[in-house]
Amino acid sequence: MREFRYRRPTDVDEAVALLGADPEAAYLAGGTNLVDLMKLGVQRPDLLVDVTRLPLGGIEPLPGGGLRVGATVRNSELAAHPLVRRDYPVLARALLAAASGQVRNMATTAGNLLQRTRCFYFQDTGKACNKRDPGSGCAARHGQNRELAILDWSEECVATHPSDLAVALAALDAVVEVAEPDGTRDVPFVELHRSPGEHPERETTLPRGALITAVRIPPLPAARRSAYLKVRDRASFAFAVGAVAAVLDLDGDMVRDVRLAYGAVAHRPWRAFRAETELRGRQFTPELAGQAADAELAAARPLRHNGFKVPLIRAITVRALTELAEAQA
Amino acid sequence: MSAGAVGRAHPRLEGPEKVTGTARYAVEYPLDDVTYGWAVPAAAVRGRITRIDPEPALAVPGVLAVLHHGNAPRLSPDVEAELYLLQEPAVHYRGQLVAVVVAESIEAAREGARHVRIEYDTEPHSTVLTADHPGLYRPEKVNPGYPTDTSEGDFDAAFAAAEVRVDATYRTPAYHNNPMEPHATTAQWRDGRLLVHDSNQGSTAVQAALAELFGIPRESVRVISEHVGGGFGSKGYPKAAVVLAALAARQVDRPVRLALTRQQLFGPIGYRTPTIQRVRLGSDADGRIAAICHDAISQTSTITEFAEQTAVYTRSMYAAPHRRTTHRLARLDVPTPFWMRAPGECPGAYALESAMDELASACGIDPIELRVRNEPTVDPDQGHPFSSRNLVACLVKGARRFGWGDRDPRPGSRREGRWLIGTGVAGSSYPARARASAATATALPDGGYLVRINATDIGTGARTALWQVAADALDVPPERVTIRIGDSDLPPAGVAGGSMGTASWSWAVTRACQELRDRLGHHSGSLPPEGLTVAASTADEVRAQRPMARYAYGAQFAEVRVDADTGEVRVSRMVGVFAVGRVVNPTTARSQLIGGMTMGISMALHEEGLLDERYGDWVNHDLATYHITGCADVEQIEAEWVDEEDADLNPTGVKGLGEIGIVGTAAAIANAVRHATGVRVRDLPIRLDKLAGSSPFA
Amino acid sequence: MQNRSGSASVAGDERSSPVAFTVNGTRRELTLDNRTTLLDALREHLDLVGAKKGCDHGQCGSCTVLLEGRRVKSCLILAVTLDDCAITTVEGLAGPDQLSPLQEAFVAQDAFQCGYCTPGQLCSARGVLDEIAEGWPSAVTDDLTGAVRPTDAEIRERMAGNLCRCGAYPHIVAAIRETAGDR
Repeated sequence: MREFRYRRPTDVDEAVALLGADPEAAYLAGGTNLVDLMKLGVQRPDLLVDVTRLPLGGIEPLPGGGLRVGATVRNSELAAHPLVRRDYPVLARALLAAASGQVRNMATTAGNLLQRTRCFYFQDTGKACNKRDPGSGCAARHGQNRELAILDWSEECVATHPSDLAVALAALDAVVEVAEPDGTRDVPFVELHRSPGEHPERETTLPRGALITAVRIPPLPAARRSAYLKVRDRASFAFAVGAVAAVLDLDGDMVRDVRLAYGAVAHRPWRAFRAETELRGRQFTPELAGQAADAELAAARPLRHNGFKVPLIRAITVRALTELAEAQA
Repeated sequence: MSAGAVGRAHPRLEGPEKVTGTARYAVEYPLDDVTYGWAVPAAAVRGRITRIDPEPALAVPGVLAVLHHGNAPRLSPDVEAELYLLQEPAVHYRGQLVAVVVAESIEAAREGARHVRIEYDTEPHSTVLTADHPGLYRPEKVNPGYPTDTSEGDFDAAFAAAEVRVDATYRTPAYHNNPMEPHATTAQWRDGRLLVHDSNQGSTAVQAALAELFGIPRESVRVISEHVGGGFGSKGYPKAAVVLAALAARQVDRPVRLALTRQQLFGPIGYRTPTIQRVRLGSDADGRIAAICHDAISQTSTITEFAEQTAVYTRSMYAAPHRRTTHRLARLDVPTPFWMRAPGECPGAYALESAMDELASACGIDPIELRVRNEPTVDPDQGHPFSSRNLVACLVKGARRFGWGDRDPRPGSRREGRWLIGTGVAGSSYPARARASAATATALPDGGYLVRINATDIGTGARTALWQVAADALDVPPERVTIRIGDSDLPPAGVAGGSMGTASWSWAVTRACQELRDRLGHHSGSLPPEGLTVAASTADEVRAQRPMARYAYGAQFAEVRVDADTGEVRVSRMVGVFAVGRVVNPTTARSQLIGGMTMGISMALHEEGLLDERYGDWVNHDLATYHITGCADVEQIEAEWVDEEDADLNPTGVKGLGEIGIVGTAAAIANAVRHATGVRVRDLPIRLDKLAGSSPFA
Repeated sequence: MQNRSGSASVAGDERSSPVAFTVNGTRRELTLDNRTTLLDALREHLDLVGAKKGCDHGQCGSCTVLLEGRRVKSCLILAVTLDDCAITTVEGLAGPDQLSPLQEAFVAQDAFQCGYCTPGQLCSARGVLDEIAEGWPSAVTDDLTGAVRPTDAEIRERMAGNLCRCGAYPHIVAAIRETAGDR
């Protein structure tokens, strides 16, 4: 790990200014991913700006419904919040399916969204990775890629986004509040993360130095009936090999509204808009759910080792939606 | 022997230290002026180092030295090629430890290691084992000295004539031991003497190797291994960490703490070789086996030949007049494989016990009954009598305990909601051997006794078991006995491995204690202040053991559920029943057996070293991506044993139980998965993608 | 200033920082390299070696300690961030003269073999018991809005972040369940 300077700013403006003044600086929040990557030599900041003591905590109900979640709220605190458990089970379930109890006590809301891929090759400085070292190539493209993307990858990068929380937030149409050197703005969640394209080293649409200060979750009464299904290689404490976040709102047996997002399939949390379109306004059946998944997955381009993800995602889409439908029957 | 401590459950003696954090492991002893070593792995697979530039590393604040083949203290080349570290520019595999950075802090050492500039001349490499690898050859023998191939009768003819035939190929991947404590050492030189606190399974061997490597008398080397955070075979012989630490400490003339990183445990310290195993069984319609053949392929390195005894299990397990076993090796540009819990027996049993299940299905016979029908009366390999053989007793007791009786054998016959449920069974065996050891016993004037032996407790409960054995041999309450282990200054003893620890050590302890009792019987007057000490060695007795087939046996039963949509597998419950001779301490014995079965679950479902041929190494080299079984994966697991008296073993009558728990477990689970789903997985691990999309998932 | 590795080096007085926190009730004031993790601060600077280094990357749980009463992985926390924080390690779980009920239960149930993961298991278990008492749900809690009980399934899931290669899991679960005094 490279030597670095350490600063603990007291307000957001100071934090943003510190970052802006040093091209090799990085924000430090829970540290569960950054410290790990610094030990591996994957990230080598020369200045850490500790944002954990900024006044960015707290979970507040919004006046018109919904929640505002502070950027430094720990994952465990968010999952345990009574309103999250009651109104957004998909969110609580996604959080609780992630990592371990210890990591959830450390990891923050914003940090979770900005965590890096767990692609083997990204995490090993002895191997080629365009995301870590632009221009070095993508060893995963023709390497061990069972865990990696089936959608939207490029020849430059086949990594997946590892977050569970982000999949739930994508389904919930969350909004990210961002502080930048010249002010603050809102970023719709589905616009936060990028496709890899030719520049997989750029993972979000945020400019350098931007600081996520909060995440707003809009009111969505239907989300009281929502689910997060995560498939992994051991019973707990493992990243997803496939995940689905689902919200289903039925009027009788007609689909009034539906939200679907997939995890572990792409460089970004994958909102399944095409599948939603297939479902909305139609009579719900498990067969329809399968057709909707097929529509979404028509664009899938499996890699050498991950063809199984296509039927897997289809299967868990059908299961999640069918179970939600049965619960409403 | 009095009906005293042996056989009684007792919490392990060092429990209070282990739960309060006061038990000190290898790099945890307080020291002044300590420095930190960090090993540097080679980035080339095969070739030689043409240049090392330590200057950028030395420029890192806090870095004291960079050791490499150009400047490290010289070692004797005659000890062991694996330990001839930092002596030559040759690179034999990726990850070979080719330099060490020594620094004032862990942080500086880690950063320094990044900046050692190494250039290589590389050559083409081969790192993937295949059934048709051009380099396959027949080794002279297989570990630890078995014939490479065996043949009796006429297998080919008998197999061709058999009514029912199974011919299947099974594959197991590289498995990495991953003890929770990495290989770690604190080394310090004082006046030409070397003191190391080291994490190993037997410090007598470490002491000997260090003395030879550095060309100093054994008495000048002391190796302390009071507490060891697991080994599972990987610490069964001196490995890189202790040698690198000793080299570094000599170079900087200060104490050095050196622990390998978790990533560095994937390779340089050994691993379980991948295997490709073809098993053929030919039987009559009633399942009586006429022909049995097991052809095993595994890998070794270019440094040392390590020939795993994969098919040896099949030589003695089931009866058949016509039998053949073979072993072939490929010498690859990989780290040398090494022991991992039940080397040979464990992967071999996965293949044979799976094939037995396939034969049972083919014959329409219950898999327990099939095994009973093929029970040999003498060892089919050597013709020796068994000292005791209670496989059937284990199967029968286990079947009752597990509730095997009402099983519907048809695959896919049980479904509860999304779960397909199945059950499976496998047999197990593991050799019951002993090594020569020495011990002393001292009667102290205060009425206490001190027993000393360089045994190692790597978590087995050896310390507690030997204390119980000593008390009974002395015929005193155990509270009056103090046991000292884990220090090469103690009487020399064999390694904690091969399920030989308790058998070997308790033998020496018993003899020392018995002789002390004799001596005390003839002693009159008070004891001298230093007490009365006698020493015993079992070398002659162990050598004089008559040839016999001595094995522990076991039967593992598993119930699994498989998600019909996703292929996720959960082990709902396991029962293991074992025949392990006398059980010294039921508490620690049960823990070891459960631990073995747990590692078997891990082998069956979770672990797999994923090699990338382009880079020549495993890409999932950490505990986030190389999954080992976690707490949530172990739902219900029971270990029991049958009463077994065996007078042909050792004075305590123990067979050892460190490995038998794992031996058949993976097969039991694979057999249960087949029962649940109809899918026979012949390449471990049983990952969800091997089940999803297959019948009945289609 | 550039060093030979091509990265800007940090001036000597900015490489380290003073930090003061409480460990097991005792205030500690240290000046540490900014890179020093809480785990290394405990082990290498305070001779509190209970917290173990199993993987150094947050993947095994052996380094688990309690920070402000919550279980965390000390290998991924930079010590410099901990000014004024309260830390409890395994050395702080026992009373002055006797083991805590959790420690007693671990010994009685033989909930460890080699013992290397044990301090982390114990600190994690302490955190789990508190999380259950506070009604925090887990991934296996059926009703997210209902009460939480310390069943075996709940304990197994919650302890999944603490690996044990010896395979003591069933005994660990039994020890925690026994301490929870409820099933």
